[in-house]
Amino acid sequence: MIQVNGLTKYYGEHAAIRDLTFAIDKGEVIGFLGLNGAGKSTTLKILGCVLLPTAGSVTVDGIDIARDPHEVRRRIGFLPDHPPLYTEMTVGRYLAFVARLRGVPAAETSARVTEAETKTSIRDMDDELISSLSHGFRQRVGVAQALVHRPKLVIMDEPTSGLDPLQTVEMRKTIRALQGEHTILLSSHILSEISQTCDRLLIIRDGEIIDQGSEEDLARRLGGGGGIAIEVDVAGGPDSALAILTQLPGVARAVAIKQAAGVTSLRVESKADLRAQIARALVMGGIDLVRIDRSTGRLENIFLQLTQGKDLPQ
Amino acid sequence: MSPTTLIARRELGTYLRSMTGYVIAAILLLVDGLLFNIFAIGGDDKLSAVVLAQFFFYTSGLTMIASVFISMRLVAEERQTGTLVLLTSSPVTDGQIIVGKFLSGFVFLALVLALSVFMPLLILVNGKISVGHLAAGYLGLLLLGASATAIGTLGSALARTQVLAAIFSGCMVTAMVLCWMLVQVTERPFKDVFANLAIHGKHFIPFQQGAIHLRDVVYYLMVTLVALFAAIRVMEARRWR
Repeated sequence: MIQVNGLTKYYGEHAAIRDLTFAIDKGEVIGFLGLNGAGKSTTLKILGCVLLPTAGSVTVDGIDIARDPHEVRRRIGFLPDHPPLYTEMTVGRYLAFVARLRGVPAAETSARVTEAETKTSIRDMDDELISSLSHGFRQRVGVAQALVHRPKLVIMDEPTSGLDPLQTVEMRKTIRALQGEHTILLSSHILSEISQTCDRLLIIRDGEIIDQGSEEDLARRLGGGGGIAIEVDVAGGPDSALAILTQLPGVARAVAIKQAAGVTSLRVESKADLRAQIARALVMGGIDLVRIDRSTGRLENIFLQLTQGKDLPQ
Repeated sequence: MSPTTLIARRELGTYLRSMTGYVIAAILLLVDGLLFNIFAIGGDDKLSAVVLAQFFFYTSGLTMIASVFISMRLVAEERQTGTLVLLTSSPVTDGQIIVGKFLSGFVFLALVLALSVFMPLLILVNGKISVGHLAAGYLGLLLLGASATAIGTLGSALARTQVLAAIFSGCMVTAMVLCWMLVQVTERPFKDVFANLAIHGKHFIPFQQGAIHLRDVVYYLMVTLVALFAAIRVMEARRWR
């Protein structure tokens, strides 16, 4: 679907991105992950045909963006970091304008607007002035404008930026619902969003792609990139639980973190996901297992290791 | 409907829905009316043709000022609010964006100028005016307005904010007006160069007096085209930056 080769963009003497090369298959949901200033937005703007690259090539559906940007733009829906909304217009009129601008025939415009509004759950807002909408609904209108012409590729720069937790969950659902119908490329520095929404991650640092793969692939390559958090109800301290855990094949380290209200929190580090083996061993060893989960620091750890070369403090 | 027409229609709707458009129109008509009453109609008895010429003289100055304020928002406002990316990521050329925006500003200016027609018609109460003189004067105002709006569009494409856009465009239009003053203090060949560049002095005076010269029409069309071409190049260059 997208093939990027040696993509480079200079702003004056400063290279915002350098020699980026990656490919995205049809139907994938790809997360572009990096710190602020890493080059995410610049890359997305080039893919969205807003900026031209200094060097390198990008093809979308086999069409070169430098040779035929018009044809590429017809295939792309772009949501920049701030939704480009004409706040004096109503939602319906705005979406109709965008649809016509992107080549939707007049006879089909109304149906396409309804379709985009339904996908983003803003059908009831059709007659509302955009200026009267909350930030969350404006963001949805932004997504709707990116979908209204049924693009093959949807590019979203920080789609959950500034949303409250409930709105973030709703936006994730919306993006997930688009999977299959569209190829989706989204950027974020909100790690949990990337983890829960994307099939594959592209990690960018200082304008270069430093790694890519699924969360599992990255964790495996980086030696676990985190661990497994366990809570057990065990009388007389954590020693018996730690003894069981350290004997399990594949466990690199097991430590007690805290003990409160009869529950002991432990952390196990291993290269592989050993949750099933750990649960079985603890229960068979007569220890009551209260909770077992991948450590919440897992993705953060991958992110920090890749983008800054450091581990998350424990 | 072409993308140019779509953009022009949306922009024109913005002028007609916003206070800014009405404020600019109201100020232009108010000041024009005051100048017409005080200087054109007022004072000693004059020939109707002289009164009409004076009306066009005052209105031409106000047209240039109004054009700068009407056009300052065209691109700069979209850049400020972040909506320009909606157009630049759509299958629309930079030329279609600029021409669509220019047309909206020009049509709005034409509507405001149409509202001023009651003033020349007032001359008919006590005098006579020729339709040809009236048509020539308004054609001149439209051509002058198109040139100033195109220069304003260029200023708006260059600037990051509307205020800067108004300053850029104001400076460019003022420089082209002042060329006529340089004609008085320079010798040939500079005298001829400045005279031909002057946006008002040499080229508008014939319209004001009811005469249409092809060279003046061509001059205003060329200024409009060159300014729009430059604005398109500015838009294209920004994609490389």
